[in-house]
Amino acid sequence: MAQMNMKEAIRDAIRVEMKNDPNVLIFGEDVGKVGGVFRATEGLQAEFGEERVFDTPLAESAIGGLAFGLGIQGFRPIAEIQFVGFIFEALDQMAIQAARLRYRSGGRYNAPIVFRTPYGGGVKAAELHTDDLSGLLAQTPGIKVVIPSNPYDAKGLMVAAIRENDPVFFMEHLNLYHAFRAEVPEEAYTVEIGKANVVREGSDVTIIGYGMTVHTATKAADQLAEQGINAEIIDLRTLSPIDIDTIVTSVKKTNRVVMVQEAQKSAGVAAEVIAQINEKAILHLEAPVLRVCPPDTIYPFAQIEDAWLPTPQRVIDAVNKVMNF
Amino acid sequence: MSKVPYEVYTEEVEALSVLSPEGKIVNPDKVPDLTDDQLKEIMYRMVFTRTWDDRAVNLGRQGRLGFYAPVSGQEATMVGSVYALDKEDFVCPGYRDMPQLVWHGLPLYQAFLYSRGHQEGGRIPEGVNVLMPQIIIGAQILHAMGLAMGYKLKKQKQVVIAYTGDGGSSEGDFYEGMNFAGAYKLPVIFFVQNNGYAITTPFAKQTAALSIAHKAVSAGIKGVQIDGMDVFAVITAVREAAERARNGEGATLIEALTYRFRPHSMSDDTSKYRTKDEEGIWSEKDPIARLAKYLAEKGLWSDEDTERVREEAKAKVNEEIKKAEKTEKMTVTGLIDSMFETTPHDLEEQKADFQ
Repeated sequence: MAQMNMKEAIRDAIRVEMKNDPNVLIFGEDVGKVGGVFRATEGLQAEFGEERVFDTPLAESAIGGLAFGLGIQGFRPIAEIQFVGFIFEALDQMAIQAARLRYRSGGRYNAPIVFRTPYGGGVKAAELHTDDLSGLLAQTPGIKVVIPSNPYDAKGLMVAAIRENDPVFFMEHLNLYHAFRAEVPEEAYTVEIGKANVVREGSDVTIIGYGMTVHTATKAADQLAEQGINAEIIDLRTLSPIDIDTIVTSVKKTNRVVMVQEAQKSAGVAAEVIAQINEKAILHLEAPVLRVCPPDTIYPFAQIEDAWLPTPQRVIDAVNKVMNF
Repeated sequence: MSKVPYEVYTEEVEALSVLSPEGKIVNPDKVPDLTDDQLKEIMYRMVFTRTWDDRAVNLGRQGRLGFYAPVSGQEATMVGSVYALDKEDFVCPGYRDMPQLVWHGLPLYQAFLYSRGHQEGGRIPEGVNVLMPQIIIGAQILHAMGLAMGYKLKKQKQVVIAYTGDGGSSEGDFYEGMNFAGAYKLPVIFFVQNNGYAITTPFAKQTAALSIAHKAVSAGIKGVQIDGMDVFAVITAVREAAERARNGEGATLIEALTYRFRPHSMSDDTSKYRTKDEEGIWSEKDPIARLAKYLAEKGLWSDEDTERVREEAKAKVNEEIKKAEKTEKMTVTGLIDSMFETTPHDLEEQKADFQ
């Protein structure tokens, strides 16, 4: 075991898989020599060489196409898109080409690619650096969407993503890279993609989040506990496919649900989570499922993002609404 | 033919032309080294492709084929470019480039299944190094670049060829792919079939550049313009590009000037944007007639040979379309199971609605 923050855990996952499998490659803008703008790949080029860890010209669509071609050649590419807002440039390669390759070829070809990108608010970044665009890919058949909330999951999910023989969109919250350290095993291990995690047991209400909103929910739950409300918190970890079984089990216990997401109300996966709860657990609900999300505006200017993003207080208010419905 | 840079950095030369419309060799230094049997095989493939195109148009009208992009006029570029490569080389086609796939090893009935919208059409046989036709214009340029990077990393000598049309040269992916290939010095050939039109839009509306070959300059790779109705020019240009690629000298952009005798697609009406005069000028450049004249002169081909190949091709097309029509129907559950290596729980559940 070692103490790692999430960035170190991600780097460690890539490192152990590069050691385990010579076909694992990582590339993108500035990922090589300097190890990425967040140093998430620091030291990897020195350890594995320029043929396996390399910088690319500045063009996201081509980074996606490079990964697509290398995947067919038997490599396991990890393609980094430097900031989440730039995935639009690569969206054809991610959502159309990689996501459909196995299906279009009747299984002859597949795309064992991890598309990594940082996202996430609260760091006063420039425009289009922090938007939660998870919903775009979650609504795309053929690609899985993973967002870790802590160092242990980050490493295990990244190892699992690299080993997947289908494409994975792996989003890393900027505010969690260095937020805290936790125990992380030094060897390779996996956290199953498609499995949520009950990070806090409770009996009165289920709060569902992922990435940073797990921590927003935890802060809310701490205060709710003082009011005598026992919240159960589910970390989705995978946004596509959604682990509805874990959610339904929790709903059967608590009968009340609030979903917290950093994506705008009409974006993201909250609506899908609610639809699935309606399909599978409506008779167990004592109140409508509420969403705590930013409004349907464009991502805010840096000066006002803290007010725009979900806050513990808004979660507490939503929980009180479902408790008193 | 217009004057464009052959070596983009240095001098300007004419578009490469080897065999004239009259079937005469006009550039003896650039005649590809081909045996008599190889010459006859190339002729066979071109006549076969023309016949298949004729039949496909009719099959489309009868509803026995679906999406189909006609190819008549482009036989020299399609047949010649693949003929110039090895079986192990990799082909990344656009949506019109089905002949290249078939001549590189894709069974014809699978080409028909692709047209009809059947998944089996994309299940490329093992050992046939091709991708499925690409509908997103430009995407295949990037795929070819990535595949070429794979060969380079594996230190294998194969090359990759990607096809697009003149309209495709306006796409961002076209530039990005050429630029990456240049930056990494990759073994790839970007082959643009410039038939003068992107659906109804003439080439002059795509760009102010003198030619597509000029665009290689922006990526620092070699750019070549050739007579695309001249199968010898096509073979020579592709062989030279492949040799450079195999020698580690990087990528080449080949612009082939060609023409489609038929509409863009089955729903297109060329009379709205083309003139009879123009069509006449290009029909005199017919790649098949030109090679036939050359081969007849050498005693290697006759009109009877053309007729024989046409009959053979018709019979083969009939056989293969029947095979396509007899292919087992798809099921929704089968589609679900083909999405991922292991079907996720949500999709597994959705199968229940379709059983």
